[in-house]
Amino acid sequence: MRLEPITDPSLARKLGFPFVALCATFISASLLAMIAGANPFSVLYLILKGAFGSSFAILETLNRATPLIFTGLAVAVAFRAKFWNIGAEAQLYVGALMTVLLGTGVLPWPSAVLLPVLALTAILAGAVLLLIPALLKTRFGVDEVVTTLLFNFIFLLFISMLLEGPLKDPMGMGWPKSARLIDEARLPRIFDGLRLHWGFGLAIISAVLIWLIQTRSTLGYEMRAVGLNRQAAAFAGIPVNRVLLQTALLSGGLAALAGFSEVAGVKASLTLDLSPGYGYTGIIVAMLALLNPLGVVVAALFVAGIFVGADSMSRAADVPTYLADMMLAIALLLMVLAIMLTRFRIVRD
Amino acid sequence: MEIVEILFTASFWAAAIRIASPLIFATLGEVICERAGVLNLGIEGIMVAGAFAGWMAVYSGTGLWVGVGVAMFVGMCFGLLHSTLTVPFGLSQHVVGLGVTLLATSSTYYAYRLALPEVTSPPKIEAFQPFEIPLLHKIPLIGEALFSQTPLTYLAFALVVIVSFVLYRTPLGLAVRAAGENPNAVAAQGLSVTAIRMSAVIVGSGLMAVGGAFLTMSAFDSFFFEMVNGRGWICIALVVFGSWRPGKALLGAVLFAAFDALQIRVQQTSFGAVVPYQIFLMMPYILSILALVIISRRAAVPAALMVPFNKGER
Repeated sequence: MRLEPITDPSLARKLGFPFVALCATFISASLLAMIAGANPFSVLYLILKGAFGSSFAILETLNRATPLIFTGLAVAVAFRAKFWNIGAEAQLYVGALMTVLLGTGVLPWPSAVLLPVLALTAILAGAVLLLIPALLKTRFGVDEVVTTLLFNFIFLLFISMLLEGPLKDPMGMGWPKSARLIDEARLPRIFDGLRLHWGFGLAIISAVLIWLIQTRSTLGYEMRAVGLNRQAAAFAGIPVNRVLLQTALLSGGLAALAGFSEVAGVKASLTLDLSPGYGYTGIIVAMLALLNPLGVVVAALFVAGIFVGADSMSRAADVPTYLADMMLAIALLLMVLAIMLTRFRIVRD
Repeated sequence: MEIVEILFTASFWAAAIRIASPLIFATLGEVICERAGVLNLGIEGIMVAGAFAGWMAVYSGTGLWVGVGVAMFVGMCFGLLHSTLTVPFGLSQHVVGLGVTLLATSSTYYAYRLALPEVTSPPKIEAFQPFEIPLLHKIPLIGEALFSQTPLTYLAFALVVIVSFVLYRTPLGLAVRAAGENPNAVAAQGLSVTAIRMSAVIVGSGLMAVGGAFLTMSAFDSFFFEMVNGRGWICIALVVFGSWRPGKALLGAVLFAAFDALQIRVQQTSFGAVVPYQIFLMMPYILSILALVIISRRAAVPAALMVPFNKGER
C-alpha cells in the first residue's frame, strides 16, 4: 500500500474522519466498561452527566479545562513549528513557583498591579526554562524531546527540594507545602460564590491571541513555514533558529501560565500534586485540536469533561477511573490517524 | 572517604548490575527500533505493561519463563500497534509513542484494578532467585557483582552480544540498519522497508516489555503503580549516549545504574546528611543531558530516523 496526498480535501472528508474517530473512541470505551461488568450505555450516560449534567458539573469541567487550555496552547504552538516540547509539566511548575515566590507577601501591592506582575514573571520564567532545551537544540543539535522530558523530572525534584527546605510553610503541619498566597494575589471569581475563576477568562483570551498571532502575523507565518519544511524555510530566507527560539519562548510562557492560574485561581499554595500531569495531557489536547488554538479550547473542554465525568461515573458504576486515561489514549491515536486520512488517500498497488 | 570505600564493595557493584539489567533490555529494544528508523516513545508504557503481564501470568500459575514470554508477547502487541500507525501510515512517531505509553500504562492499571479489586498491598510471587555460576562467582569483587545474579540478568548480557552480532554480522542486521540509514536503497534491493521496520519495532517492543518484567519478576516480587518510574525515558537517553550501539549502550546502562546505586548509599553518609536527597536523584537526569550535549556533536544518528518511508516517493 502507498499514501497519495489529496490536494484539495472535501469538507466531508475533513470533518468525517475526526467524527468517526470520536465515535470509535466512545464505542471502545463502552466495550471496556462492559469488561468491567457495567452497562456500557449507562457508563457513557454517567460520564456525560458527571461532566455536563448540572451547572455545578459544568463549572467543575470549565475549571478543570483551564490549565489544559494553557498547556494545550503551549504544545500546539510548539508542535506547529515541529518543536517537540514535551516539557510543559516543568514549565507549569516554574510558573507556579514564581507565583508563590512573589505572591506570598514579598510584594505588598494591590491586586490590579500584583496579578499582572505575577502572570508576567511566570511567563518569563517558563519561557527561560524552555529556552535552555531550545538553545541546546539550535547550538548543539541535542534532541529537544529527550531534554524537555528529562527537565520534567529534574524540575519536579527541584520543587520537592524547595518545598521540604526554604519554601516549606512553617504552619503546614509538616507537609511539603508552600505558604499561602496573600489575598491580593488570588485570581477573583467570575461569578460570586462559584468556583470558576478568571484564569479561565485569561485562558480564552490567550487562545484568541495565539490564533491572531498564527493567522495574522509574520511570526505566525514563519512558524508555520519552519514546521512544514525546515530546509525550504531556510532557503526562503526565514531565520529558522530565531523562529525556533521565539516559538520556545511563547510555548514555555503559555505552559507557565497554567501554573500561575492553578495557584492563584484554585490552590493558593504550591504542592507537588499541583498538576496531575496537565503538561502531558496538553499534548493530547493539542492533537485533538489539530493544533488549532481555538480548537484547543474545545478539545480542553472535551478532555476535562472526560476526566470530571469519569470520576463521578467511577463512583456510581464501579468502573476503575483509569477508563478516562484509556479513552484519551484511544482518542489521541485515532485522531492522528483521522487527520492523516483527511490529507492522504490509501492506494493499493 | 566514605564514597571511595563504597566503590570497592561487591554489594555496590552487584546492585549496579541489578539496576542496569532492566535498562539493558529496554535500551536494546529501543536501539533495534531506532536502527530501523523508528523512534519508539511507547517504551515507558510498554515497560509498565510488561511488568504487569509477566507478574500476573506467574501469579495465575504459569512458570517464570512462561511469564517472561507473556510479557514479551504483550510488548510485541503494543509494538504492532505502534509500528502499524507509524510505518505504513507514517504518523508522527512522537505523538504515537506518547499515545502508546498512555494507552499501555492506563490499560495496565485498568486491568490491574479489574483483576485485583480492592487490593491495597499487591500479592507476591516466587520471583527469579540469584543463580551462582560455579567457580566464577568465587572471584573476589567481580564474582559477587557479575556471577551471582538472577538468570534474567545473564540473559540481558547475552542479548547484548546476540543483538550486536545480528546487527553487524548478518544480512538481517544489514537490512535493519539500512532501513534506518537509506530506506530507498533497501527498497531498490526488492526488500520491504515496511516489513523490516515493523518487525524491528515489534521485536524491540518485546524486549522493552521483558525489561519491565525484570522489575516485577527479578528485582521485586510484586507489581506496584509507578514502579517503572521514568526508566523508559532514561533508556531513550541511553540510546543516544551509546551512539545507537548495543555494546556502548550496555556501558551507559551500567554507568547510570552505578550512579543510581551510589546515590542511595551516599545519602546514608555524612555527606548525604548535608545535601538534600533530591540533588542525588536529579544527578542521573542532569548527567544524561550533559552526556547528550557532549555526544550529539559526533553522534551517529541513523540518517532516516523519524523519516516516514512512502514507496515511490523521494
